[in-house]
Order: sequence, then structure tokens, then C-alpha cells
Amino acid sequence: MARAALPGRLTWRAATLAEFRQETPTARTLVLDVPDWPGHLPGQHVDVRLTAPDGYRAQRSYSIASAWSDQSKVELTVQRLDDGEVSPYLTDVLEVGDQIEVRGPVGGWFVWREAQPHPVLLIGGGSGVVPLMAMVRARGLSRAKQPFRLIYSVRTPGDLIYREELPRHVRDDPGFDLFLNYTRQAPDGWPNPPKRIDVATINTHGWPPDFTPDVYVCGPTTFVETAADILVALGHDPKRIRTERFGGTS
Amino acid sequence: MMELDGNAMAGDLREIFAFEMTEARFTCAGCGHAAAIGALMLWGQAMGRVARCPQCDDVVLSLVRATDRVFLDLRGAVRLELPLAGS
Repeated sequence: MARAALPGRLTWRAATLAEFRQETPTARTLVLDVPDWPGHLPGQHVDVRLTAPDGYRAQRSYSIASAWSDQSKVELTVQRLDDGEVSPYLTDVLEVGDQIEVRGPVGGWFVWREAQPHPVLLIGGGSGVVPLMAMVRARGLSRAKQPFRLIYSVRTPGDLIYREELPRHVRDDPGFDLFLNYTRQAPDGWPNPPKRIDVATINTHGWPPDFTPDVYVCGPTTFVETAADILVALGHDPKRIRTERFGGTS
Repeated sequence: MMELDGNAMAGDLREIFAFEMTEARFTCAGCGHAAAIGALMLWGQAMGRVARCPQCDDVVLSLVRATDRVFLDLRGAVRLELPLAGS
């Protein structure tokens, strides 16, 4: 006999793909309809589980991209990894009306709560911008006053996720600043030559350590370690730096 | 190759603990470093995870899933510090 689910127990739920948006040639936002979704905080994850016809299962953790509002659906932005087991299915195969299993929201450390009074510095590399975008969206939605800065590093202009929405937040959300860093190829006429983020980037476009900002860094492991080392060298308190790493093989 | 960090264990740990464990702080048995579970360096897949200290690389915890049970090995953590709600 199956045991009854305890209240608050984490369970798998069916999620239906309601619509999708192609963000870049290799990244897609899935808009999921999840009945009885309890809401989530920006930075939280869901686990996604796929089951093959033969019963084989694969499970991955994805950051939620959307801010929670009462009637909203749950959005995940998934970057396709060519040798991946789960991501190519989510970016290329899943169609509107199809179902996947999700459980969550989970996570409480790499999370921004509106009650945090400090300025916020967000540093994202590639699709590491996804949980940071949830924070930017949540701040915009609640008209929170904490100053936010986002340093977003991508290889080329074609890799820019949320390319139309980010400038809208700069325009409409007072106290939100964006700095785009290109590592391989910048748009024509861009003032800065392509380079990886370095001390000057974070020193110029971040907050001074004296402001005691809450810092969130998300991206590939080497990106996260570089940014975190720079932040500590600049005098930021390691306890105020939250990191989230992902690699390139799932 | 190391792909992920302790944040990606949130679901598997939430299945076991009543607390949200990624914001719990571990103290490494190897080097004494203390940080959030979310900051551990994670190897492996959902079937078997090994989480190592970001400071000294020692194994802090491992989690192995079988068909009807889960094995959690915490020998690399001398202490876990858990935030209580409302405090």
C-alpha cells in the first residue's frame, strides 16, 4: 500500500508545456503549467524528471527563470548542451501540450528575499543569468527599492538571453543597472573590446565592498571561481557571496 | 569533471530533511572550513552524488539512491548548522 503523502512533502507533479520562447539558437524558455504550484522565491530550482518508454529515468535540476505572481506559470530557460541527456529533449523535442515531471520549488541559499535590505550585485556567465533574471523580475514586479546591478557576460551578441526584456528593466525599474560583457565578439561600435570579466570589470560595474552588497554569482565553474576570487580580493565579505555553478556535460 | 554544486542537491535533500538544507552550514571534518551546503562541489548524477569541500576537496557528504532507499554518508562533516524559521 502506498504511504499517504505528508503535508509539505516534496512530490513529483505533472507539468504541461503551455508555450515556449526561443531565446537564442540554443536556449529555450519553457512556460509550464503546474497545477497547485505553491509559488517560489527568485533563485529557487525545480528538479525535472524524464522517463523513457522502457522506464529509464533521467533527472536534472533547473533554475526557475520567472518571478512568482498569483496567476503566473513556471518558466525555465534551458540551454541545450549537445552531449546532454536531458537538455536537448527540453529545447528541441518537447512540444506544447506535452508533459514532464517536476518537483519543487527547492533551494534556499542561492535565493534573494525582498526583506534583504542591502544593494544587490548579480554576476552571470552564459545561461547562469537565468536565476539572476528571476531576481530582476521579482524586484521589478514588487517595485522593490534595493539598488540592483547585473554584470552579464556572454560570448557573442547571439548568445544573449532575454535580449529584449533586459533593456526594458533598465528603462522601467529605477535603480537597476546592466553591464553587458562580451568575451569573444562584441556588437559593432561596442565601446569595450571582447574580454573575460576581470578585476576592472567587477570593480567598475559592481558595488564597492563598503556598501556590503549581497552578491550572487552564477555560471560555469571557472567563471564562478574567477568572479568569487576577484570579489574577495576587492574586499567583499565571503559570507555575502552566494555562488551557483553548473558545468557543460548534462 | 565537476559540473555542479550543492544547490543542485536541494531536491534530493528536501526529500530526506524537513529543513531546506542548501542554506545549512557544514563544517568540514578535514580542514574546518565552514560554508553553506549549497557551496559544496558536486560530482556524479542523481543516482550517486559526492559533495566535496570547496576549500580542501575532502568528501563532506555522499548520497546514494537505490530502488527503495537512500544512503546518506555525512562522515566528512563534523557539524551542521541549521537556521530555524522565525529566528
